Amino acid sequence: MVHWSAEEKQLISSIWGKVNVEECGAEALARLLIVYPWTQRFFDNFGNLSSPTAIIGNPKVRAHGKKVLTSFGEAIKNLENLKATYSKLSELHCDKLHVDPENFRLLGDILIIVLSAHFGKDFSPSCQATWQKLVGVVAHALAHKYH
Amino acid sequence: MVLSGADKTNVKGVFSKIGGQAEDYGAETLERMFAAYPQTKTYFPHFDLSKGSAQVKGHGKKVAAALVEAANHIDDIAGALSKLSDLHAQKLRVDPVNFKLLGHCFLVVVASHNPSLLTPEVHASLDKFLCAVGTVLTAKYR
Repeated sequence: MVHWSAEEKQLISSIWGKVNVEECGAEALARLLIVYPWTQRFFDNFGNLSSPTAIIGNPKVRAHGKKVLTSFGEAIKNLENLKATYSKLSELHCDKLHVDPENFRLLGDILIIVLSAHFGKDFSPSCQATWQKLVGVVAHALAHKYH
Repeated sequence: MVLSGADKTNVKGVFSKIGGQAEDYGAETLERMFAAYPQTKTYFPHFDLSKGSAQVKGHGKKVAAALVEAANHIDDIAGALSKLSDLHAQKLRVDPVNFKLLGHCFLVVVASHNPSLLTPEVHASLDKFLCAVGTVLTAKYR
């Protein structure tokens, strides 16, 4: 069980409270597909991913980015119980989607960069450290049911 | 992984925009890395790692200078960083996984101070560049 201090919970909620989930999710997913183009392998049915401009403007990317980050919000609401919260999603990513868990780590790091760009100085080193812990724990929970 | 012409232009653009702030960015990169990845502190038992440490500032300056040097000789990063590569292989022997952590924290610093500079395309180019630097520094490990 992961332990979260009061300070860590505060650092998470103070940032999350100001996040526009739709915008941030869209941007994070778009950057994942642009910066690590091999991740496009999971999105053959998304249509035009031929350039950064195409990816950023792609409505399926935006929608899926929103979906992913909304789910991340669920994790934040259930910090004490992440493995259970993500149990079904973990099975789905393994059995149906066949996603290498390394991709969860890549997306987590991209999210951190997006947050840093958005929050500037407010995204202090200790804030980043807490969020690195969070994305790590989420990635771990998503990988937990893999077999 | 090869740096395209566009990548090189993007990277040079970043470092020209950052200019003299590179030293501060180097220090902040280290500060963030030590906070987010405490295991990286094991390479600095001889340092005062508290906030505002002069040693961290000094070392950040060195790290930044190396990145600037690599960007200025982006067509031959291996040549530009050859001595540093020897140093890391023979003396420092920092585990290769840590270069990714440093690179990531550098991106976070750039994003934090210059969000408009780090467009997705520039982000991709800079990430590739930082990977290339890490690869050069670990190239002679074995």
